[in-house]
Amino acid sequence: MKPRTKRAAWIMAGIAALGVAVALVLNAFQSNLVFFFTPTQVAANEAPRDRAFRIGGLVEAGSLARDSDALTVRFKVTDTARTIPVVYTGILPDLFKEGKGVVAQGKLGPDGVFRASEILAKHDENYMPPAAADALKKAGHPMDKGAFAGQKTEKKS
Amino acid sequence: MNFFYFSSPSTFFRLAGRLAPAFFILAAVLAAAGLYVGLVQAPTDAVQGEVYRVIFIHVPAAWMSMFIYFVMACYGAMALTFNSRLSAMMARALAPTGAMFTFVALWTGAFWGRPTWGTYWVWDARITSELVLLFLYLGFIALSNAFEEPRRGDRAASLLSIIGIVNLPIIYFSVQWWNTLHQGSSIKLTGSSMHVTMLTAMLLMTFAAWMYAIAASLVRVRSVILERERRARWVRDLGRT
Repeated sequence: MKPRTKRAAWIMAGIAALGVAVALVLNAFQSNLVFFFTPTQVAANEAPRDRAFRIGGLVEAGSLARDSDALTVRFKVTDTARTIPVVYTGILPDLFKEGKGVVAQGKLGPDGVFRASEILAKHDENYMPPAAADALKKAGHPMDKGAFAGQKTEKKS
Repeated sequence: MNFFYFSSPSTFFRLAGRLAPAFFILAAVLAAAGLYVGLVQAPTDAVQGEVYRVIFIHVPAAWMSMFIYFVMACYGAMALTFNSRLSAMMARALAPTGAMFTFVALWTGAFWGRPTWGTYWVWDARITSELVLLFLYLGFIALSNAFEEPRRGDRAASLLSIIGIVNLPIIYFSVQWWNTLHQGSSIKLTGSSMHVTMLTAMLLMTFAAWMYAIAASLVRVRSVILERERRARWVRDLGRT
């Protein structure tokens, strides 16, 4: 074997070994790399009980209610299978809307209500002018499923 | 023609000098067209309003940050395998441009995230892995300059660039593999989920960024060549004429 072929082989072998190692590490850390838990995962007790975590899903249509102080909001986060009631006091991001994606950080109370300390809006990867969006809505197309479409919503067995 | 004719630093120096202006002009024309289509012709987004227009800088910068890293690692692999001087110089010349695009992607992302998501920064898988890419670039630059003898720096940095390549699929697929705040890809092999005018503007800006990256690295590789070959006769002859 020529020295240069040998070097190339070593480099390829090194990359392959490294790739396998990284794949194993990522697989092992799978659960720690989760940015948020879905309501289904929370229902299955996969989320931490005693410390803060994030939940993600869609704001259930018709579930948004404001308290009389105008700053406290209550709504339900759904992944269409399960829902979790959320209460939050503070300013909501502009893209926060019923039927849209949301990620909330906070703690799950013993009463099953998620007390959020931070609300982030999650939007999808579709970009279109309002007219096209209206046309889609009229055709009954669920526009915001996309926000969570590409993502893992359930745990791989 | 000899296939390796331009792999000699002295001939490539001249070739790069002739090519760079053409790529700069291409980049300027494409960027002007892309900005016109993106800022004037592209419609307002239904959900985000006007703020989505950051995408015309953000996505091209993010794509280039990954693509340049890949090219840089290929040059690194060539430098290690063939022990070719010019490959290592090209890798060195690409790194600052790649780091710049990575920073632009992170920076525009932060200013896009604030009005849409409600935060400048989150430690989700996409954003964190892109930050790791920035550190890989900075590490590459630092390592390549860390040795008294430049060729040793080349070897160490090339090795780092090859190792770092595992980060690229992690960045790209992070939005599929894990739950992230960052949305999924608008452009997939199966098609795009963008309005066609928006897509046109984004692609024009991407090609502009690409041409700029080529032009900038050609200019930079000329300085690297001059610095490395300063004792060579042809460089000393340059000073005389």
